[in-house]
Amino acid sequence: MSIAETDGTVRARAVDAVTAAKRGLTLALLGYGASIGLSVLAWLSITLIPLGIGALTTPPVMRWVRAYADHRRRLAKEWAGIAIPTAYAPPPAALRTGGEGMVDRTMALVRDPATWRDLRWLSVDVVAGSAVAVLAPGLLAEGVFGVLLLTGLWQPIVAASDGWWYGFVPVTGWATAAAAALLGCGWLALALRYNPALIRTHFRIVNAQLAPSAEQLLARRVEKLTETRRDAVDTSAAELRRIERDLHDGAQARLVAMGMDLSTIEMLLDTDPAKARALLAQARRNSVDALGELRDLVRGIHPPVLAERGLGDAVRALALRLPIATEVTVELPGRADAPVESAAYFAVSEVLTNAVKHADAELIRVDLHHADGSLRIAVTDDGRGGARVGAGSGLAGVERRLGTFDGVLAVSSPAGGPTMVTMEIPCVLS
Amino acid sequence: MRVVLAEDLFLLRDGLVRLLEAYGFEIAAAVESGPELTAALAELEPDVAVVDVRLPPTHTDEGLQCALRARRERPGLPVLVLSQHVEQLYARELLADGSGGVGYLLKDRVFDADQFVDAVRRVAAGGTAMDPQVIQQLLARREAAEPLAGLTPREREVLELMAQGRSNAAIAGQLVVTERAIAKHTSNIFSKLGLEVSDDDNRRVLAVLAHLDQGGRRAR
Repeated sequence: MSIAETDGTVRARAVDAVTAAKRGLTLALLGYGASIGLSVLAWLSITLIPLGIGALTTPPVMRWVRAYADHRRRLAKEWAGIAIPTAYAPPPAALRTGGEGMVDRTMALVRDPATWRDLRWLSVDVVAGSAVAVLAPGLLAEGVFGVLLLTGLWQPIVAASDGWWYGFVPVTGWATAAAAALLGCGWLALALRYNPALIRTHFRIVNAQLAPSAEQLLARRVEKLTETRRDAVDTSAAELRRIERDLHDGAQARLVAMGMDLSTIEMLLDTDPAKARALLAQARRNSVDALGELRDLVRGIHPPVLAERGLGDAVRALALRLPIATEVTVELPGRADAPVESAAYFAVSEVLTNAVKHADAELIRVDLHHADGSLRIAVTDDGRGGARVGAGSGLAGVERRLGTFDGVLAVSSPAGGPTMVTMEIPCVLS
Repeated sequence: MRVVLAEDLFLLRDGLVRLLEAYGFEIAAAVESGPELTAALAELEPDVAVVDVRLPPTHTDEGLQCALRARRERPGLPVLVLSQHVEQLYARELLADGSGGVGYLLKDRVFDADQFVDAVRRVAAGGTAMDPQVIQQLLARREAAEPLAGLTPREREVLELMAQGRSNAAIAGQLVVTERAIAKHTSNIFSKLGLEVSDDDNRRVLAVLAHLDQGGRRAR
C-alpha cells in the first residue's frame, strides 16, 4: 500500500469516526432526553388507566412513542443499514364513538404486544442504548483532550487541582503529560477503529428490542393474508356478477332480438319485402351493438392489448384513449405473470380514471419500471390535488386489488396538487 | 384484384372469402397463421392484404407485426388490418412510415359490405381507411379539441370522414351535398388548422391524421 493510499484510508476512517461520534451524540441526547421523558409519560399514563384518565391519555402518548420508535427505525436504516420491521396491530375496525371509543382504542393498545415492546425498548435505550452511543463521541473527545494536554494545557489544570489523573496516568509534569497524550492517541485509535461499530451496536440493541418475534410476524402475516384473500374473493365474485348482468342485459338480449327479427324476416320475405328489408337493417344494427358491448366487456375482463403486447403497451394504449395529455415511460426488461400484469393494468386504469374525473389536470405522467424485485408504478398529475384513499374512493379499491399480490399503494396529494400515486407490486419478470 | 387474406377463425375467413369473391376480388391465398402470411406476401405479391391482428402461433399481435415487417421490406404494400378492437397505438404504428396504403378497421365494418369493399379498394390504390372509432378517439382528446374549436359542426363532420380516408366524392355522397361544397369545407378546415392544402387525397388524409395525433402536443 502506498503512502498516499494509507493517507486516504486514514482520512476516510477519521471522517467515519467523526460522523459516528456526531450520530452517537445525537442518539445519546435522544436517549437521555426523549426516551426518559416518553418512558415516564407512557408508564404514568398506563398506570392511570384504572382511574379513567389513562384511557384518555394513553392513545396520544402511544402515538408519540410509536412515532419516536419509527424515527429510530428510520435512523437504523439510514445510519446502519438495519431494517427493523414494524408489527403494530391495525387499529380496531369497529370503534365506538366518544369516550367509549377512547377506551376501545386504549384496550387495543394494551393488548398489542408491540406496545410493550416499545416500552421495553425505551427503558433499554435509556440504559444500554445511550451508553453505547455516548462512547463514540466520548472516545473522540477524550482522545483529543489527551493530545491537547501536550500543548501545555496540563499546566493550568494541574495548578488548579491537587493531583490530577488523565485516565490512569497521574499528570505531574511534561513527561507524564506526554504519557497522557500517548494514552489519548490510544483513545483516538480506538475511536477511529470502533466508532462506526459502536453506532451499529446501538442499532443492534434497538433491533433486538423492537423487532417482533418470528411468531408475531407470522401471526401478522396470517392476518394480512386472511384479509386480502377475503378481499380477493369478494372482488372476483362482484366482478363475475357484473359480467353476468352485463351479458344478460346486453349482448345476450340483443342476440335474442336478432334471432326473433331473423325469423320474422323469413316470414315477411315473400309477403312484405320492404318491411323485411327494414327489419334486416335493424338486425344488423343489433349485431353491431352487441359486438360493441362485448368489446367493452372484454376490455373490462382482460384488455386485448394487454394479451397482445404486455403491460407497457397496454398502458400506452390506455393513455391514448384519455382526453388528457398523458406521457408514459416504460422500463420493463420482461413481462410479469399474467395476474400481476392484469392487476397492475387495472390499478393504473383506475388511478388514471380518477385523475381525469377529479383532478382537473393538464398533464398526466405514468412511469413504469422494475427495481429491487418489484414492479413500480408512479402516476403523477398536475391537477388540484386532495385525492385520498378511502371514503369510497376508487383508490381504496385499487389498494385492495394490489393487496392480493402483497402490493402497496401510496398517495401524496396536497390541496392544490400535484398528486402522485405510487404503487409497488413484488414480482419477477420473465 | 388479387388479395391475400389472413384470418385464423375458419368462419370469419370463409365469410370474408365469399364476400370478397362476390365483389369480384381474386383470393390469391387465404391463410390462418403469421408464418403462412409472411410467406404468401413474399411469394404471391398481392395487390392488397387483408390481415387479422391476432394470429397463431403466438395469438398476440402476430398479424400486425407480419404486416409491418412486410411493409418494411416492400414499402407501400397495401395492408388492411382487421381487429375485434381498435387501438390508436396500433393505428399510429401502421401510419408511422407515412407511405399510405394502410387500413385499420373493426371487424364489424364488414357488415356494411359496400363500405368495406370500398375501403379495401381504397387501400389497394394507396389510400387510407381508418376506423371511425380511431378518429373519434383522436378527436375526443382535449389537446386536439383546442385547435378544432374553431370548426363549424359541419366542418367537424367533414374532418371526421376525411380522416377516415374518404374522398371528397364519398364524403359528399354520405352527407348528401355537392362535391364542390365539400371541397369548400376542406379548404376551410385546412386553413383553420394551418395545414397546407394538397390535391392528393392520400397526402391530405395523412396530414390530417398526423395533425390530430400530434398537433396538440406540438402546440404545448
